[in-house]
Amino acid sequence: MLPSGYRVSKRVCSNIANKRSKWKSVVGLEVHAQIQSKSKLFSGAPTKFSAPINSNVCLFDMAIPGTLPVLNKYCVEAGVLTALALNCQINPVSYFDRKHYFYADMPAGYQITQQRAPLAQNGSLEFNVFTPAVHKSSYKTKVGIKQLQLEQDSGKSLHDFDRSLIDLNRAGIPLMEVVFEPDLTDGEEAAALIKELIGILQRLQTCSCKMEEGALRVDANVSVNKEGEPLGTRTEIKNIASVKGIILNETRAWNAEKKVTVPMRDKEVQQDYRYMPEPNLPPLHIAMGPVSFGSINADKIKETLPELPEQARRRLRDELGLTLEQSIILVNDNDLLNIFEVALSSGPMNTILFANFLINDLYTALNKLDLEVKDLGFKPTFLGDIVKLVEKGEISRNTAKLVLDELLKGGTNSPIEIIEKNNWKQISDEAELIKICESIINDEEKIVKDYLSGKQKAFKALLGVVSRKTQNRANMTKCNEIFKKLLSKRIK
Amino acid sequence: MDKILNTNIKIVFRLLAEKAITVNQLTDIALKRAQEYKKYNPFITITENLARKQSNLSQERHEKDKPISELDGIPIAIKDNFCTKEVVTTCASKMLENFIPTYNATVVERLEQNGTVLIGKSNLDQFAMGSGTVDSIFGPSKNIWGYQDDDNFHITGGSSGGSSIAVATGICYGAIGSDTGGSTRNPASYCGIVGLKPTYGLVSRYGLIPLVNSMDVPGILTRTVDDCVSILNGIAGYDQNDSTSISKPYKKIRLPPAQKMTLKDLKIGIPKEYYNEHLSQAVYDTWNEVANILQSSGAVIKEVSMPNTEHSIVCYSILNQCEVASNMSRYDGVEYGYRAEENSSTDKLYATSRSEGFNEVVRNRILTGNFFLLTRNYEKYFNKALKVRRMIADDFHKVWEEVQLLLTPTTLTTAPLYKDFVQKTNRDQCALQDYCTQPANMAGVPAISIPIKLSPEGLPISLQLMGRNLSEPMLLAVAKYIENIVQFPHYVNNI
Repeated sequence: MLPSGYRVSKRVCSNIANKRSKWKSVVGLEVHAQIQSKSKLFSGAPTKFSAPINSNVCLFDMAIPGTLPVLNKYCVEAGVLTALALNCQINPVSYFDRKHYFYADMPAGYQITQQRAPLAQNGSLEFNVFTPAVHKSSYKTKVGIKQLQLEQDSGKSLHDFDRSLIDLNRAGIPLMEVVFEPDLTDGEEAAALIKELIGILQRLQTCSCKMEEGALRVDANVSVNKEGEPLGTRTEIKNIASVKGIILNETRAWNAEKKVTVPMRDKEVQQDYRYMPEPNLPPLHIAMGPVSFGSINADKIKETLPELPEQARRRLRDELGLTLEQSIILVNDNDLLNIFEVALSSGPMNTILFANFLINDLYTALNKLDLEVKDLGFKPTFLGDIVKLVEKGEISRNTAKLVLDELLKGGTNSPIEIIEKNNWKQISDEAELIKICESIINDEEKIVKDYLSGKQKAFKALLGVVSRKTQNRANMTKCNEIFKKLLSKRIK
Repeated sequence: MDKILNTNIKIVFRLLAEKAITVNQLTDIALKRAQEYKKYNPFITITENLARKQSNLSQERHEKDKPISELDGIPIAIKDNFCTKEVVTTCASKMLENFIPTYNATVVERLEQNGTVLIGKSNLDQFAMGSGTVDSIFGPSKNIWGYQDDDNFHITGGSSGGSSIAVATGICYGAIGSDTGGSTRNPASYCGIVGLKPTYGLVSRYGLIPLVNSMDVPGILTRTVDDCVSILNGIAGYDQNDSTSISKPYKKIRLPPAQKMTLKDLKIGIPKEYYNEHLSQAVYDTWNEVANILQSSGAVIKEVSMPNTEHSIVCYSILNQCEVASNMSRYDGVEYGYRAEENSSTDKLYATSRSEGFNEVVRNRILTGNFFLLTRNYEKYFNKALKVRRMIADDFHKVWEEVQLLLTPTTLTTAPLYKDFVQKTNRDQCALQDYCTQPANMAGVPAISIPIKLSPEGLPISLQLMGRNLSEPMLLAVAKYIENIVQFPHYVNNI
């Protein structure tokens, strides 16, 4: 309910004892998601993020006397679409209200929000919690959604040492506030929920979810209580600006050793917002069923719902045979999933192998170069081509990584061209491999002797020699068999 | 030639069309008369330069025989709570004393598109909070009727007193006022002119600096009902900038000559609750007289009851103060408006700017309104007032099952003397002055004040007609019928 500009107290929980194990936490999230619209919620001013200071400002946004709000229809549609994706009930009639408080970046002295009847209520969302570093396997949980409402953002104050400056570019930016029920138990769940929400909003294209631009802001309410006892004092943590932050801030609250409350504002009084119906906006009607008198029809909007993350994960598992964890990771990274699907459309391949290649090899390679999936400069089908070559035995898994590195260096060569150019093609020809292996057995008398005298490690050394001599090109699975065969003859 | 100002829009339009007079000549005499009547204080700003500019453009159109409308070249006034592009818009307040809007209110824009010539921005009570046009930082407007000297004059009524005087003296043929609880009809009644409060939403509020958003409507002040229709036709209709404006297309009103009208079988109600202990004998007699005239003209006159009328004022008072508290919170001296010399903290800057920029009436209403809006009081005051408002609106819905129009006084008395008026507080005066006019704002219905006769003291007495939503065509027709019978002796007849 609070826009970004307003700073409310950040009270660190009291009553946190040292015996962590006996304490339980309850987390509720409030998310402000900026609706990805071209113009503001109640004015025609543009919403472009990087615009010069005070350039995205209409007369209404600076509260010039006599101006009136005009509701942006697109924002309502985006709100309804999002609410439907979150399984909310759409209110056939909702209202706008004024919430009063003085703040320099709130020019009207009030914020227009939906207090009496929000756009939608009573939703729920199932999601998977899976942090590889924390959880051995994923688990599913469910969170209730109290309401989703439309409201305007405030502007931004910049405080210099002797003066304050105001930028009203954000003032009036459309926000959806999603209030989740306090159904979460820890920061991991909170982070997983936000990831899921981002996945949904990005698929709906109702919010860019760019946290660094303030397009998605999360407030967490944390209560700590002993098992079987009533909930403790609620702690409000405002404006967590990254998914990581959700865990960090939470953890800090958990570990706080001092039993103190740290107030951020000088007065610890409850602000009375003196809510009042916004008289300049008629009630907002959302039609359902076959009727539509020019108003927005929720059922028509429902037909436009795209595939949501949970549906995508199920499809990846049921239709493409991926594991649950693979489906979670792919669906959490829209760009990676996109590559997966585009590459797959170029022809059949081992999907599990391909998913692993993306999740392990591609991620690792990108990390090394400090790049993101969306920075890839080559065709996604190239990645599929690499895996197909591995599958066919044309290249080894190690070579696959080399090809990937080459692709990431730039250039326009396809994997096949890279392989040919570098002569990286795997040697799989049985006769040729036998020839190589025999010559190594002849050359490396000492290793062979060690092996025959019972040193199992020596076998690996032989394989190492093959790799070296063939520049990683030998099909190691086959070499393994050939060595065993050849050496077993020797034992006899 | 100056007498042309005493006629009506149809005559002037014909004279302009026949080239018997030019637009610039008309503008000249209007500006001259504005100077002559300065002591009555109709204007905060006389917009001479703009008037001449608009006049020249209008004259060119007339020379080519291509006037835009019957309003092309007509001198008008706009109440100084409507935003006018590049013309200072003060709301008669220190807060907006130097406020120059960058845009035109829709009403102003539409009049300009019809070719009118703006003579000036007219005086009002600060932020339209009043019923006397006495609470203006530019001094009170003074009624021409019964004026003796600057110590002995009658109030114009308000808050659109400046607009009313501009019309009554013939400076303008028409003026725009605003009407939240009677602010157009009340001064029309005291100044002896026609004052129309249209159906809520029929005329856009965009650019009208709000008093009570849910009740405000731009009002029209003219000397004749026909002129009122001409202006209404120019400004009414849907405006996408005002989400509360009625989207149904507006059909221009054409009234037949009064002689050709009949009131046969028209049912007119006389609500008994409008008889109030403060109602003067002269007004009461006039009310009866006109009821009898209408009856003898074939109308069916019927006593009706609107039991919640008495609660209207207290309910209005609460809703008014709550919306005022909210609407006024934008005046913090930061983006525009008066800013106090105070740099010690942002909060102090707000407090000092607001304390110095608003008069006591405004400050009182802000304080009371915020009290009513406190969470602990919301149910007890604001929400209860909303319920009472619905009951009052229901009174109207029910009464329309019995009658088509209501006939009531506009004001309980003739215009009080200024020195008597200011003895009472703004709050008490509003309660008394708005008694008959205010319920129409609660219900949103159209209402018109028509001057009937002069009292024995020579002050105008007016009556009010109210009709159901969007019944303006009938309301105005009956007003014209009455106007034709009573032949009110307009002030301009003696100029």
